[in-house]
Amino acid sequence: MARFRTWVGIALAGALSVSLAGCSSTGGKRAEDARKAASAQGKAAVNTPRWTFAMITHSGDGDTFWDIVQSGAEQAAVKDNINFLYSHDDEAQQQAQLVNAAIDKKVDGIIVTLAKPDAMKSALDRARKAGIPVVTVNSGSQESKAFGALTHIGQDETIAGEAVGEELNERGREKAICVLHEQGNVGHEQRCDGVEKTFDGKIERLYVNGTSMPDVQSAIEAKLQTDASLDAVVTLGAPYADTAVKAKQGADSKAEIDTFDLNAKVAAGLEDGSLGFAVDQQPYLQGYEAVDLLWLYRYNADVLGGGRPVLTGPQIITKDDAAALSDYTKRGTR
Amino acid sequence: MSATQTKDADERILQASPLRKLLGRPELGSVVGAIAVFLFFAFFADSFLHAASLSTVLYAASTIGIMAVPVALLMIGGEFDLSAGVMVTSSALVSSMFSYQMTANVWVGVAVSLLVTLAIGAFNGYMLTRTKLPSFIITLGTFLMLTGLNLGFTKLIDGTVSTKTIADMEGFPSARDVFASTLTLGGVGFKVTILWWLALVAVASWILLRTRAGNWIFAVGGNKDAARAVGVPVTRTKIGLYMGVALGAWISGQHLLFSYDVVQSGEGVGNELIYIIAAVIGGCLITGGYGSAVGSAVGALIFGMTSKGIVFAEWNPDWFKFFLGAMLLLATLLNAWVRKRAEATK
Repeated sequence: MARFRTWVGIALAGALSVSLAGCSSTGGKRAEDARKAASAQGKAAVNTPRWTFAMITHSGDGDTFWDIVQSGAEQAAVKDNINFLYSHDDEAQQQAQLVNAAIDKKVDGIIVTLAKPDAMKSALDRARKAGIPVVTVNSGSQESKAFGALTHIGQDETIAGEAVGEELNERGREKAICVLHEQGNVGHEQRCDGVEKTFDGKIERLYVNGTSMPDVQSAIEAKLQTDASLDAVVTLGAPYADTAVKAKQGADSKAEIDTFDLNAKVAAGLEDGSLGFAVDQQPYLQGYEAVDLLWLYRYNADVLGGGRPVLTGPQIITKDDAAALSDYTKRGTR
Repeated sequence: MSATQTKDADERILQASPLRKLLGRPELGSVVGAIAVFLFFAFFADSFLHAASLSTVLYAASTIGIMAVPVALLMIGGEFDLSAGVMVTSSALVSSMFSYQMTANVWVGVAVSLLVTLAIGAFNGYMLTRTKLPSFIITLGTFLMLTGLNLGFTKLIDGTVSTKTIADMEGFPSARDVFASTLTLGGVGFKVTILWWLALVAVASWILLRTRAGNWIFAVGGNKDAARAVGVPVTRTKIGLYMGVALGAWISGQHLLFSYDVVQSGEGVGNELIYIIAAVIGGCLITGGYGSAVGSAVGALIFGMTSKGIVFAEWNPDWFKFFLGAMLLLATLLNAWVRKRAEATK
């Protein structure tokens, strides 16, 4: 026992000294703090009353994309002196209940995603009857107006897909796969439909299980191994681009990896050439504008878009733009 | 069990005082927990006590509770059903797609869906009793198969990942009235699912406490072989219990369909655990043979209060799952403690 304790003591002392001596001069928390100091911290820039806005999305738990939307919304809330509430659920029924809860709270404005529009219809009717202005974001550009929302802010998924198809043509690609990581997501299907519409080459769909990265990698790898003529892989979410790059290395394929959406890894991949291009829908802008537009409506009855959706994308991002964006992706706003 | 009171009471029969009877109820711990959660949110969330908020909480509780009742019965009978969550989605999909593809009155789809869902339940029960494999394995298989069937069939038949709307078809308004209407009481809308839920709790309690079938359920959950030895139809009871879960899934599925008239094929995964949690918080033992229908309702109510209370209290929803887990542990510990005390005082 005594000997055991001595060993533990030695091990602890060793671990402590290693961690003290082993400071990293790059990256980590210190670099993050430096970045934070460099970007101005916001405080309320208006003297309107402190309104409460609730945002309810169809995001699952721990989704990076929605994290960026949320940080945009929070930034605008600070500036506009708004008490900002965020909640989410990937089950349509639960999301509708959360919207109802926000209406019960008598909030001053609601921001909602219409990924499953039919489920949200009755909740939005209730909001209209209660006189609460609603802005829809990200998904539901078709239904937004019919449901009585002020404006829709987001990207038309089909148009984004078409932009990808055109970019693939420009790069002289001939055979691509569209990797869908969430079976049952209408927006994803629309993206691949859009690519199919404008792309002159052949395109196939590959369904993978997005909740398990090793699964995604092995599925893409297997696909690339079985068909050597594939020269482009299009992933529908930023986290999957990096996985596709690994799969490409594993399969020893020459395919170019392109992706929807952006994160720090994708920006780095664009810079070092392991990725071809990314198509961004600027999630930060979606959150920021939604809060800002509700504020404008409450303050000045302003409505943007003239009854049409306000588009935040698609924006094609290539190697040339990536360097400028890498700082923003690292701080989680692009 | 009411002991007949004769003039000279039989000294061999233990006379339990009303308090002791109360302490012996499986749902006592959860009722204490529910009161605590209610007071907590009433204190911390300003808008929690508004009538409209309580209606939202009750609705959230009812959507879980409708399934928690048959799941509780099944757990008293000593089995699990992991396919309960996706079965709800399957039921809604069958109903919607059958009506749409056959251009039939939606009530036809509703009836077909009932048959199909009950068949799935019967399949679970039949496989379990025939193969003697643990229900965990059998229903895990059903769960995975149904998840795949939901996605595959919807894509095959509709060409997309969600069903087409049936809102403009005959019979839809009346079906919506039955499964998804809102009743206005004193200016506040209450969803009809709350009534379905209460009715299910009443029926299930009656079965458990007042019928022979109820005794069978407790018996097969307590000790299957002993039950079989004294002539309890174990196979029939277990198949019946699984069909009960299927019935709950059918009601929930029709509610989903008629409140939103379009069904997403990928939903429902993970809900089966929530039903089990509600039953366990309500005093059901994982090992079977003990529990109550009322308890499952209280468990669902606690779940509804927590999930919506966090929103009313304006907390970060990231913590919700943590609270849920902590509450599950606390409720189960409380149940165990109350049960021990009740047994000690006998």
